[in-house]
Amino acid sequence: MEVQLENVENSICKGISLKVKSGEILVIAGRTGAGKTTLLNIIAGLIPYKGRILFDGKVADHLPPEKRQIGYVFQNQLLFPHMKVWENVAFPLKVKGFKGEALKEKVKEALQMMGIGELWDRYPSTLSGGEAQRVALARAIIGMPKLLLLDEPFSKVDLGTAKRLRLHLKKIQREMGITTLFVTHNLQEAFEMGDRIALLEEGRIQQIGTPEELLFSPANCSVSSYFGNPNVFWCLGQKGLSIGVAQVDLGSFSLIVPWSGKRILKVAFFPWNVYLSPDPPPGPKVNRFKGRIEEIERVSSLTKVKVQIGKSLITVDMEESNLREMELREGKEVYVIIPLRWIRTFEVEDGV
Amino acid sequence: MRKNLWGLIPIGIALLVWELFIRLNPHALWPGPGRVFLTFIGLLKSGELGIALFKSSIRVFLGLFLGTSFGFLLGLLMGTRKSVELWLSPLLSILYPIPALGWLPLLILWLGIGEKLPIALIFLCSFFPVLYNTLRGIKEVPQELIWASRVLGASKLRTLLQVVLPLAFPNILTGLRLEAGMAWRTVLASEMIAIPSGIGAMMWKAESLMRVDVIIVALGVLGLACFLSERVFIWLENRCLKWKSSWKM
Repeated sequence: MEVQLENVENSICKGISLKVKSGEILVIAGRTGAGKTTLLNIIAGLIPYKGRILFDGKVADHLPPEKRQIGYVFQNQLLFPHMKVWENVAFPLKVKGFKGEALKEKVKEALQMMGIGELWDRYPSTLSGGEAQRVALARAIIGMPKLLLLDEPFSKVDLGTAKRLRLHLKKIQREMGITTLFVTHNLQEAFEMGDRIALLEEGRIQQIGTPEELLFSPANCSVSSYFGNPNVFWCLGQKGLSIGVAQVDLGSFSLIVPWSGKRILKVAFFPWNVYLSPDPPPGPKVNRFKGRIEEIERVSSLTKVKVQIGKSLITVDMEESNLREMELREGKEVYVIIPLRWIRTFEVEDGV
Repeated sequence: MRKNLWGLIPIGIALLVWELFIRLNPHALWPGPGRVFLTFIGLLKSGELGIALFKSSIRVFLGLFLGTSFGFLLGLLMGTRKSVELWLSPLLSILYPIPALGWLPLLILWLGIGEKLPIALIFLCSFFPVLYNTLRGIKEVPQELIWASRVLGASKLRTLLQVVLPLAFPNILTGLRLEAGMAWRTVLASEMIAIPSGIGAMMWKAESLMRVDVIIVALGVLGLACFLSERVFIWLENRCLKWKSSWKM
C-alpha cells in the first residue's frame, strides 16, 4: 500500500508531507520529542490531526483505526496482559471472524515464523523483553496488514537480540511486501533498516532520502549534526582490488572500502566508528594511518578529537576516560584505525 | 490444607477455655459451647434456623444483584462517557459518603416495613462501591492498550468487552468481595430493626427471651455466611485473574 501524507499537522507535528512507496521501509529518525511517535499515531488514526492522509491514493482521514488495515508495534509492546501469548496473537484474526482450528493453525504458524512456538500458553508478564517483542511483531503481522507501523520496537532489548530481530523483521517484511514505517532514534538501526530515512526535528521533516543521500548530501546543518558530522571525503581515484573491495584515493590517504562495482563518488565514516591508538596497532596495515591530534573538543559527555592526516582532518568520538587513559593531548602523534565494515560509499553509474 | 488445619487449633483452644470458664462460673446468661451446639442442632431440626437463613440469604442475594448490576452499568457508562461522568459525579459524591443504614428511617417511611426494605438497603450499600470500583477499573486501563486493540481491528464495543472490562474486572471484583460481607451486616441490622423474619429478627426475638445460646448460634451462622461469601469471591479472583499475579497497570 502506498501511503501519502499531505500537510499533516497537530500540536506536535508541523505540516508534514511525505510519500511511502508500496513495500518500502521508511525510517522516521529523530531525537526524543521530535514527534516520531505522534506521527505514527496520526497515521494510525489514534489522535486528531489536520491535513490529508491517503492510502493507495484514496483519502483515509475518515477511517477509524480499526478500518485502516494497520499493524502497529508500540514502543512498550502493549500485549494484552489478561490474554495468553496465543490469544494475543490470535486477536486480530478473531476480530476478522477466524475461529476454531483454522485460527489456531494460523497462530501456530505465526509463532513458529517468529521462533517462539514454545511461548503459546504463557502470559505476557512472564516473557523477557525479546520474547515480548517477537509476540508483538507476530500479532502485528498476522492479520496481513497493508501498513506496518513500528515504534522503536527494539529499544527495550539487548543489542544482540535487537540485531537478530532486525534481520528477522527485514526478511519477513520483504517476503510479505508490507509498507513499513519504522521509528527509531538509533542511527545504526536507521541505516540498517531503512530503504529511505526521514529525519524529523521539532515536528518538521528536515530531509527524506536514502541513507546515502542523507549521509553524503545533508540538506542542512541540522541533518549533518544529527548524523554526528560524519567524515566525508571526495574520491579522487579508485582501483578494484577483488570482488566487493576497492582501494580509493582520498587525497591525503587511501582507504580500502566496500565496493559494488560502480564508480565511487564519496566515502564516509562516522566519528564513533573510528579508533585511536597511541601505539602502532597489531595486525595488517589496512586502513591504519599515522596522524597528529590537532584539536580536542568536549561536547557534553563526548569528546571530539580532530586528527590531521596529511592535509585531511578526521573527527573521532571518544569517551573522556579513554582519552585520559591513553594520555592523548593536542599535538601528540596517534594511529587512526578505520574498520572496513563501517565505511559507507556513495556510488554512481559511470558517466554520471 | 495442612495450613488450614493449623488454623483450627486456636478455635479448639478458645472453645475449651470457654467451656472451662462456664463450668467454673455457671451463669444463666453464659451458655457453654456444648449447650450452644445442642441449641444449634435443635434450631436446625425445627427448621427455624434454615428458614431464617434462607430469608436473609434471598434478601442479600437480591439486594447485591440489583446494587451490583446498577452500580456496574452506571460505572460503565461514566467510565466510557466523559460527559456522563462530569454530569453525575457531583451528585454521587454527595450521596456516596452516607452510610447505607443512614437511609433506614427514610426507607421505612417511603417503602414501609416489608421485604423491599432490606433489599433497598443492601442495594444502596453495594451500588456505590461497585459503581466507583467499575469506574476506577475502567479509568486505570492504559489508553495505549485501548489503542492497541483498535489498530488491531477491534471496534469500540469489542475493545470494551475484550480488553477494557477484563482489565477492569479485578477492581470490580474487589468491590464485590468487600460488599458481600457488608451486605450481611446490613441485612442483619435491618431485620433487627424493621423486619420480623430472618437471622436478625431471630436474634432480636432471642434477646427479648434472654436466649443467649440462640443469639450465639445466629452470630456463628452470620459469621460463616460472611466468610463463605468472601471465599466465593476470592475463589473467583484466583480463577479468573491468573494473569494478574505479576502484572501491574
